[in-house]
Amino acid sequence: MKFGLMINEGPYSHQASDTAYQFAKAALARGHQIHRVFFYNDGVNNATRLTEPPQDDRHIVNRWTKLAEEHGLDLVVCVAAGLRRGLVDENLAPGFRISGLGQLVESGIQADRLVVFGD
Amino acid sequence: MLHIVNKSPYERTALASCLAHAAKGSAVILIEDAVYAAVKGGAAEAELARAIGRVDVYALGPDIEARGMKDRVMDGVKVVDYGGFVDLAAEHRTNQSWL
Amino acid sequence: MFVNRKAPHGTIYALEALEVVLISAAFDQDVSLAFLDDGVYQLVKGQHTKAIDVKNFSPTYRALEGYDIEKLYVERESLEQRGLTEGDLIVPVAVMSAEELVRRMEAQDVVIGC
Repeated sequence: MKFGLMINEGPYSHQASDTAYQFAKAALARGHQIHRVFFYNDGVNNATRLTEPPQDDRHIVNRWTKLAEEHGLDLVVCVAAGLRRGLVDENLAPGFRISGLGQLVESGIQADRLVVFGD
Repeated sequence: MLHIVNKSPYERTALASCLAHAAKGSAVILIEDAVYAAVKGGAAEAELARAIGRVDVYALGPDIEARGMKDRVMDGVKVVDYGGFVDLAAEHRTNQSWL
Repeated sequence: MFVNRKAPHGTIYALEALEVVLISAAFDQDVSLAFLDDGVYQLVKGQHTKAIDVKNFSPTYRALEGYDIEKLYVERESLEQRGLTEGDLIVPVAVMSAEELVRRMEAQDVVIGC
């Protein structure tokens, strides 16, 4: 089955991105596909390569990058929400791409399930 | 429909609203801070107990454990891991997050 | 269906949800908007945001018709709980009971809670 995920909260402030990550890993482990992960609202902050958490904490951004590398995930950051919050190509972490809201709507249409993680 | 709730019932009304809008036979999964709703002896227990039977109630085990509530989950709530969460989302044609 | 449960201005969710709605209109989908809980506050007439210097997006709801988005469902119980009536809203809507709203939610292919 194809899952689309939507993440609406930034890293660390809220558990949304963590839960979505664990959900994505579990879905992949069960043989499902992740059609796309769409980052919206403050969720765009999951994609900044300037993130440097303390050594003993999880690196939420790198974790997404790594999962994308391993499974060919399509990590899409909303361009409008990103511009509002200063997330542009210059500070975009590897594995993410910036695109329009149409990518979310498309995921809702093409994926079998769209699951929203937010606050 | 699978309803996904992530708010403590002691802070927000998301769970109450969800339960008021969950059709008979639908499923509700409590994740993140919503797992506090499933704690035995809490004021929210009665509300959730009334819903069980009409809807299936699940709670995310990793979130329960993280909050120190492993041994306090009320009867009738089924504890699942992330894989179980995925299964629920796959089994139900639609889902809705009560953010 | 977009399920709007949050009040405007205090957080950005209502505004950015509306931006998704506008884009979805271009995809030839059967789009509907449900307003319940604090989401009904999004549609209240007479919002003046000048003094808080925040964008007033409430007139945009009136523009939805031009995008062929005409299914605006407002829950009666949520209005009543907040002391509001249909006459307080900025745009024509279908006011309906929670029960009727649930029936419509259950009929959707995709539900985005925002």
